[in-house]
Amino acid sequence: MNHLPVLPVLLPMFAGAWLAMTTGGGRGSHRLLSLMATLLQIPLAAALIYRAGGGISVYALGNWPPPFGIVLVVDRLAALMLLTTAVLAVAALLYALRGDDEEGKSFHTLFQFQLMGINGAFLTGDLFNLFVCFEILLIASYGLLLHGSDRLRTRAGLSYVVLNITGSALFLIALGIFYGGVGTINMADLAVRIAGVPPPDAPLFGAAGALLWTAFGLKAAAFPLHFWLPRAYAAAAAPAAALFAVMTKVGIYAILRVDTLIFNRGAGVLAMFAHDWLWAAALITITLGAVGALAARNIGALVAYLVLSSVGVLLAAVVLGSREALVAGLYYLIHSTWISGALFLLAGVIARARGPAVAGLLIPGPPLGRPWFLSGLFFAGAVAVAGMPPFSGFLGKALLLAAAGDGPPALGLYTAVLGGGLLILIALSRAGSTLFWRQTETAAPGGTPDPVRLGAAVLLLAAAPILVIGAGPILAYLDGAAGQLLSPAVYIAEVLPHLTAPSGGSP
Amino acid sequence: MEALFAIMIGTLTAGGVYLLLRARTFPVIVGLTLVSYAVNLFLFSMGRLQTGVPAVIGQGESYADPLPQALVLTAIVIGFAMTAFALALALRSLGEEGTDHVDGKDAEEGT
Repeated sequence: MNHLPVLPVLLPMFAGAWLAMTTGGGRGSHRLLSLMATLLQIPLAAALIYRAGGGISVYALGNWPPPFGIVLVVDRLAALMLLTTAVLAVAALLYALRGDDEEGKSFHTLFQFQLMGINGAFLTGDLFNLFVCFEILLIASYGLLLHGSDRLRTRAGLSYVVLNITGSALFLIALGIFYGGVGTINMADLAVRIAGVPPPDAPLFGAAGALLWTAFGLKAAAFPLHFWLPRAYAAAAAPAAALFAVMTKVGIYAILRVDTLIFNRGAGVLAMFAHDWLWAAALITITLGAVGALAARNIGALVAYLVLSSVGVLLAAVVLGSREALVAGLYYLIHSTWISGALFLLAGVIARARGPAVAGLLIPGPPLGRPWFLSGLFFAGAVAVAGMPPFSGFLGKALLLAAAGDGPPALGLYTAVLGGGLLILIALSRAGSTLFWRQTETAAPGGTPDPVRLGAAVLLLAAAPILVIGAGPILAYLDGAAGQLLSPAVYIAEVLPHLTAPSGGSP
Repeated sequence: MEALFAIMIGTLTAGGVYLLLRARTFPVIVGLTLVSYAVNLFLFSMGRLQTGVPAVIGQGESYADPLPQALVLTAIVIGFAMTAFALALALRSLGEEGTDHVDGKDAEEGT
C-alpha cells in the first residue's frame, strides 16, 4: 500500500509533537524544523495532485477495511485543497519567522497542529474523523488567535471558542442521528444508505442534515452564523489571520463534500437538502461582507469582511451545483484563499510600518517607507479581490456568473455579486487613499517594511496573475474535480469496492 | 429506561442552552459542560440502550455496539479539553478586563 495520502497529516503531527517536546531547544532549530515541515507539504500535495489525476485513491488507516475502519480519500478536490493550504502556510510561516513567532509561546507547535487538522479534514472519508480533525484545527486555532495576546484578542477569542464548542456539539448530535439511524458514519456508506431511507424516516435525517449545515455553516461563517469572523480575524496576528483564510474554506469544503456525496440528486426525499436556505444564506453573506467592508474602521477588519463576502460566493457556487458552477467555485476558492491571505499579510506590514499608535486604523497616519511598492501591492491585491480584470478574482466571478444561467437564481446572484463587488471596490479605494495619500507630517515609527514580510505577501499576491495565465490547465484540472464530485457513484465504488464488485463478495 | 434517558438528555440540553445564553462567562461555561454531557449521553444511546451485555462479539447471546462507546470516549476527551481551555480563557479574560461579562463590559457601564 502506498503511504503517500497519510503523510500530509503525519508530517505536521510529528513536527508539532517534536516542537512541543523540545521547548528548551534553540529558536533557530525550531524555526528551521517548522519551515522544512511546511515546505515539504508543497511537494507532497503536488505528488497527490499528480496521483489524483489518475483517479480516486483510498487509504485505509491501520488497513482496517471500510466502512468499519477509517479511510482517507484522495480525489482531485482533496489534493487541490492540500496544495492551496500548503502554499498559504508557507507564506504565513515566512512572515511569522520575522519575529511574530516570538510574541508568544509555541507558535510553531500550534501552526503545525493547525496544518494537521486542516489537512486531515480535507483527506478524511469518515464523518466522525472529520469532527476530530475539526477539533484539532480549532484548538490549534484558539492558540494561534490568542498568540501574542492583548485584551482585544482575549475578548474575541472567548466568543470564538464558545461558539465553536457549541457548533461541535451540534455536529456530534448530527453524527449520533446518522449512526443511530443507519449504523454508519463512513461518508460513502452513509451516501448509499441515506439514498435508501424510506420516506417516513426522511425527516429524521433531514434534521441531522440541518444540524450538519449549521455546524459547517458556523465554520464557514455563512449568514446568520458569521458574527464571530470579523472580530476574531481582525484581532488575530497577521500570520495567524492569513492561515485562518483557509479555515472558512474547510467549512465550505465540508458542505461541498456532504452535499455532493450524501445529499446529491440521487438521495431520494433528501435530494438537494435545504438548498433554498443555503442559497439565501449565500446571497446575504455576499452582501453583508461587502457592507461590512464599507463600514470597517480597521484594515484587518476590512480584509476579514472580504473573506466573509468570498464565503458567500463559494456557498452560492456549491448550491448552484452544476459542473460549470463547481469549476468556477473551486477556481474562486483558490483565488480567494491566497489573495485574502496576502491581504492579511499586507495589512500586517502596513499596520507595523504605521506604528502602534495608528496601526491598522483607517485614519490619516505617518507616511510609509517604500510608498510606491507598498501601495502598488495594495492596489494589485485590491483589484484582484474586488474581482476587477485582469486578475483572478475577475475570472472566478465571471465564470460563476456565466454558470448561473439566465433563470431567477441568476438575477439574485448577479445583483449580489456585482453590487457587492462595487461596494468592496469603494471600501478598498477609500482604505487605500486613506492609507497612502492622507498622511500626517510625523515620521513613520515602524521604519521601512521588512523585505521578508513583504516577500511573503508578494508570494501569495503573485497567484493573482499566475492563476489567470495558467487558467487553461487549472480549469481543466478543476473540471475533472467537478466531474468527480458530480459522479458520487465512482467515489462510493472506490471506497466500498465490495458494494459494487460484479463477483459479489461479502456484504 | 428509554423514556427516562430521553427526558434526562432533554433536561440537560435545556439547562445547558439556558445557561449558554447568560451574559456571564461562568454560567456560559457550565452551560457548555451540560450541553456536552447531553451530547455524550445522546451519542452513547445511539448503540441502543442495553444492560448487562458485553461489548464484544461472541461473549454472550447478544452484544452491545462498541462503536458508540469508542465515539463517546473520543467526544468526552475532546469536550473535556475544550471546556478546560474555555475556562482558562475565561479566567484570563476576567483578569484582564476586570469583569466576567461575556462582552468584556458590565451592563450598567453602558452598551
